Amino acid sequence: MTAAVPAVRHRRRSGQSDPAKIIREILFYLAVVIVILIALFPFYWILRTALESNSQVSAGVGGANGIIPSHLSGAAFRSVFSQQGFLTPLRNSIIVALATTVVTVIVAAMAGYALARLKIRGAGAILGFILLAGFFPVLAMIGPLFLLLRSLSMLDSIYPLIIVYLVYTLPISTWLLKNFFEQIPSELEDAALTDGATRLQTLRRVVIPVAVPGVFTAAILSFILAWNDFAFAVSFLTSPPHFTAPLAITTFGQSGFQTYYNLIDAAVVIISIPIALIVLFAQRRIVSGLTAGSFR
Amino acid sequence: MAAEAKAAVPGGPADAGRPGRRGRSGRGGRPAPVGHARERSDRRLGYLLVAPVLILLLAVTAYPLVYNIWNSFHFDNLSYGNLPHKWVGVQNYTAMFKSSQWVSALERTVIFTVVTIVLDVVIALGLALMMHRKFRGRGFLRAAVLVPWAVPTVVSAMLWKTMFDPRSGFVDYFLAAFHPAWASLSWLGASVDRSWIAIFVADSWKNIPFVAIILLAGLQVIPNDVYEAARIDGANWWQSFRRVTLPMLRPALSVALIFRTLQALLVFDVIYIMTGGGPGNSTQTLSFLSFQTFITSTDFGEGGAMSLMLVVLALAVSFVYVRAFRPQT
Repeated sequence: MTAAVPAVRHRRRSGQSDPAKIIREILFYLAVVIVILIALFPFYWILRTALESNSQVSAGVGGANGIIPSHLSGAAFRSVFSQQGFLTPLRNSIIVALATTVVTVIVAAMAGYALARLKIRGAGAILGFILLAGFFPVLAMIGPLFLLLRSLSMLDSIYPLIIVYLVYTLPISTWLLKNFFEQIPSELEDAALTDGATRLQTLRRVVIPVAVPGVFTAAILSFILAWNDFAFAVSFLTSPPHFTAPLAITTFGQSGFQTYYNLIDAAVVIISIPIALIVLFAQRRIVSGLTAGSFR
Repeated sequence: MAAEAKAAVPGGPADAGRPGRRGRSGRGGRPAPVGHARERSDRRLGYLLVAPVLILLLAVTAYPLVYNIWNSFHFDNLSYGNLPHKWVGVQNYTAMFKSSQWVSALERTVIFTVVTIVLDVVIALGLALMMHRKFRGRGFLRAAVLVPWAVPTVVSAMLWKTMFDPRSGFVDYFLAAFHPAWASLSWLGASVDRSWIAIFVADSWKNIPFVAIILLAGLQVIPNDVYEAARIDGANWWQSFRRVTLPMLRPALSVALIFRTLQALLVFDVIYIMTGGGPGNSTQTLSFLSFQTFITSTDFGEGGAMSLMLVVLALAVSFVYVRAFRPQT
């Protein structure tokens, strides 16, 4: 099913020109290796820098301190927690991202179900608006929201972010769950409805259990999107104890004319770990979620 | 009475022959109001279920939009303490269009967007073709490619800031092999061109994977027989790519282009983190300027005007793409 063209071509030529085929295979794998290196080598370098000591950073890369550093030190990681207090921003980020995810999943599942199944008037227009909202320029939102939060005395608090981040998560999640509900055969529901169950009972006992994979995908994407925000955090948060992790990182490692990249990169490694784990274990789900019905 | 008896007579014998029909008409006949009521209560439930998403999204998009329009015709600057928020007409707009800072930001943003979408889509297409092929380690390749997309922009920006640092990064370390003077080349904050190169690398490294995944999904829905037919007609690889793959990839390409264009047009995080708009003002984009006007200068009048231009630009781009890629019938 996949890779039709190369497979067909190989079959046709394999008899006559084996060396050409082998060269092509070698070039292909070389390209694959280069792509993987471009994607992942920078992460190795980040880890390498994070494990340097301050004096190694000052000395710079080169000589004995090359691709593999001469010494490894956990000092930067310790300092990120003990001196820079990275635990607080990490906790803030986890609270906000989890809360956004929960709200998103509930609200998007409700709307997705309604748009897929209950014949409401104007469903097309509603869906169009939801998608358009996903394209709304974030930097056009910050001014008015800043003034609003200021008048509510809620600037420099992480809690309003939970609502604001919905602009990242709701459009894609609603769209994704709507497509997901459409794919569930409606016979299941119809059977329950004819048996006298109400719509809500049917939802709870029949639809939601079947929808778990779709909800899970929406949750993963929402968590990633909320975890990754920078623009709102940098606009609304002003005191370090209220920073989210991405914002806190930008304040690390500055000391006079020298930037201590080991401190910055230790923090970068820490906030990349949850994301890297999610991607490794849920790669398929993320790919299907990103592409679900996006152009069918 | 007579009519009822008449109806019952043909109903009897027909029963055996058309059980389905009778069943349906029976259910539809007696509890007719129930079916109707269900549809009505369904619809009511539907509005109830859709309401939260609409209210929340209107609160974070329509409210700021209207507020921006209102602000853009008023003087509203927190730095000027208690000056009244008086009506100033189109003053904020004329100030914006006359400001060379805004006009250059617009030019930069447009150039950055065009370069980004052209290069990113070409590279992503190659990457998608690679990920589409069946080979050992394809799953690993896909996961590896996804990681840069999934990490926060602060990570990709800080990561490349490290890499382009002459002391801590690998860029100059590897470049030194080509030319000794390149061993301590400074990039960010030193040269305008090199700052843009660094921004471009960081931004594309993070965003190409997304485009590639969308295109990959597009490749996967092209049925096999189309290629088979092209092969039987004697098409070589390039011909079948030009005549089969590209046209059938059109819907996926349009989705990828819309997303990527808007992302590039509204670029902010990576600029803020890597250059802060510098050296000088040379890497300021429209979104960055809008941030500065709101948060640094606390000028919500001119900021409102700038925001409105952002919205208009984003809408215009989406509109053009939707028109250009409308399915041909």
